[in-house]
Amino acid sequence: MTQELLYWQALNRALDIEMAADESVFVLGEDVGLYGGSYRVTEGLYAKYGEARVRDTPISENSFTGLGVGAALVGMRPVVEIMTINFAMLALDSIVNGAAKIPFMSGGQFPMPLVIRVPGGVARQLAAQHAQRLESMFMNVPGLRVAVPSTPQDAYWQLRQAIASDEPVVLLEHEVLYFTKGPVDTMAEAPPMHQALVRRAGKDVTLIGYSRTALLAQEAAAELAKEGIEAEVIDLRSLNPIDWKTLSESVSKTHRALVIEEDCRHAGAGAEIAANLAERCFYSLDAPVQRVAGLDIPTPYNGALEAASIPRVVDIVATARTLLGPKEKAAA
Amino acid sequence: MEREMMHRLLRDMMLSRVFEERAAEEYQKGNIVGFLHLYPGEEAVAAGVINAAGPADYIVSTYREHAHALVRGVPARAVMAELFGRATGMSGGMGGSMHMFDRERRFMGGYGIVGETFPIAIGIGYAISLRALPEAVICFFGDGAVNQGTFHESLNMASLWRLPVLFVCENNHYAIGTDIHRHSAVAEVYKRAAAYNIPAEKIDGMDVVKVFDATRHALDRVRRAGGPQLLELETYRYRGHSMADPGAYRPAVEVKAYQGIDPLTIGAREIEYRYPTAAELAEVGPDNIGRLTEHMISAGHLEEVEIAQLRKEVEAVVEDAVQFSLASAQPTMDDAWRHLNCNRRHEQLLPA
Repeated sequence: MTQELLYWQALNRALDIEMAADESVFVLGEDVGLYGGSYRVTEGLYAKYGEARVRDTPISENSFTGLGVGAALVGMRPVVEIMTINFAMLALDSIVNGAAKIPFMSGGQFPMPLVIRVPGGVARQLAAQHAQRLESMFMNVPGLRVAVPSTPQDAYWQLRQAIASDEPVVLLEHEVLYFTKGPVDTMAEAPPMHQALVRRAGKDVTLIGYSRTALLAQEAAAELAKEGIEAEVIDLRSLNPIDWKTLSESVSKTHRALVIEEDCRHAGAGAEIAANLAERCFYSLDAPVQRVAGLDIPTPYNGALEAASIPRVVDIVATARTLLGPKEKAAA
Repeated sequence: MEREMMHRLLRDMMLSRVFEERAAEEYQKGNIVGFLHLYPGEEAVAAGVINAAGPADYIVSTYREHAHALVRGVPARAVMAELFGRATGMSGGMGGSMHMFDRERRFMGGYGIVGETFPIAIGIGYAISLRALPEAVICFFGDGAVNQGTFHESLNMASLWRLPVLFVCENNHYAIGTDIHRHSAVAEVYKRAAAYNIPAEKIDGMDVVKVFDATRHALDRVRRAGGPQLLELETYRYRGHSMADPGAYRPAVEVKAYQGIDPLTIGAREIEYRYPTAAELAEVGPDNIGRLTEHMISAGHLEEVEIAQLRKEVEAVVEDAVQFSLASAQPTMDDAWRHLNCNRRHEQLLPA
């Protein structure tokens, strides 16, 4: 059954279904209960499931995230909401030293069915402390899985898959996407949680995005199409693991790749993808993998500067043109 | 207290002492590497607290947890083999001294980051509370951990939601090398619980009988009242913080004074390799193991000959554990990957 849902509604639907199906699923975080969630994701759940399963917590990120770790150790399936990724810095011990390590360092004795939902990204003039991405920080932690849905359908699928998983999953939700709308088919079979999806087929260049930049890549591809450039757009959907197979197949067809990331360029997801594609696809690449990324600067409050500090469609289009070179453009 | 329980407490303390002194020897030989935090002096805490817990209760421990695991019933072989990093260790050789886990015995781990155990303990408590089970969590921590934010955050939540957690402070007076009076504005840990409306008391942690009784009563209150409790057990480690620490920052007179109240004491003094010497003991009186043996002898629960037997018995257990560890296989890289990914089961992450 397909419905048009907002991104937050899709997440809300996923939580509702999982909570109804399994009593071991519970939600906790700041203002997730009575208030209904900062981005409305937990709206209505408090009334339906009660305060014990939709737990409003004090402002104690490290300890309530760690509470999730402890509960997961004994078979609960907690879904922790950290109000924004910026506050997740305070919970890194529970996430990195706890959730990601315990299954391994116990010799595999303990599963970790924990989901950590984290809104993040550059929204609208929230300034440097409330406009971070920090994806590469989580990507670098073995034992953590990181999913980055860009559509309501993926948000629905990937949250349900994360809750069903016995491994710790960080779900990075972009704050700008909460109020975007898209079709959600609740009956369709989901692709594997970490599979990348080709959003638009093309032959000239592969545009690789995730979360909000997957949407920007599609806009850029539409622009490029006007110039006769056929860009293939891949939505990664996941940053750990990364679906190298889908990426390699695309690059071996287009021979050019461009990664678009909102996170800072230095040591970001794009660096990992460029390095890996160079290793895997060196002989099919006609040019070095390029990146369009956030500037290595704390996000300015000023609106124009903020916009200039992260990838825009024009930046993607311009870089794609350069990557293709004058000959292809002329041929087009 | 039952005679049988007293014997058990004594045996657990003696086993812990002999085990740890042997671990120190194996460390010197190079069979154990990395950080090794030993327990001598604090045995009355592990023995008294964990023996007062039920089999359905959970234990969340620190990085000084070998004795906690032994008292909980983990075979000495599995504990020693973990120190040796062998595949037969309780964490398959993946965790080592600071990360011992035993799911079956609800031994929920040793943790290497001071203060990170508080949230884990309240999380287990939260699960118990959601399921309305008559279980409890025992959360061990040192005096050094009470200045971490998680102590305050977690005590607040435990009290707010009436979680069944018994917080047990092993106050050995030192945060590695910093004396409690130099690291805490309020040096009496139990007083801090009042800030979160948590009932707390301070107990002589060198007296295993007092520790056992206090824990039993505290656990009763946790189960009956459904809320957290805190015990501060004053104890002392005879060794430095870890094998890398000679403990030179401590006044000699202080070390000696605590050796005088060793939880194992007189009857057990011969089992000790270093602490305390017979001459030192004669000067200052019975230690903590000695206190119990003296008490048991005077109450007619124990004879000198039994102490000798017990000593032989625990020495044999430890010797067997060392031989077992030496003979055990090293884990392979395949084992490591398996431990990392085994909980994935049949979940498909990527397209086939």
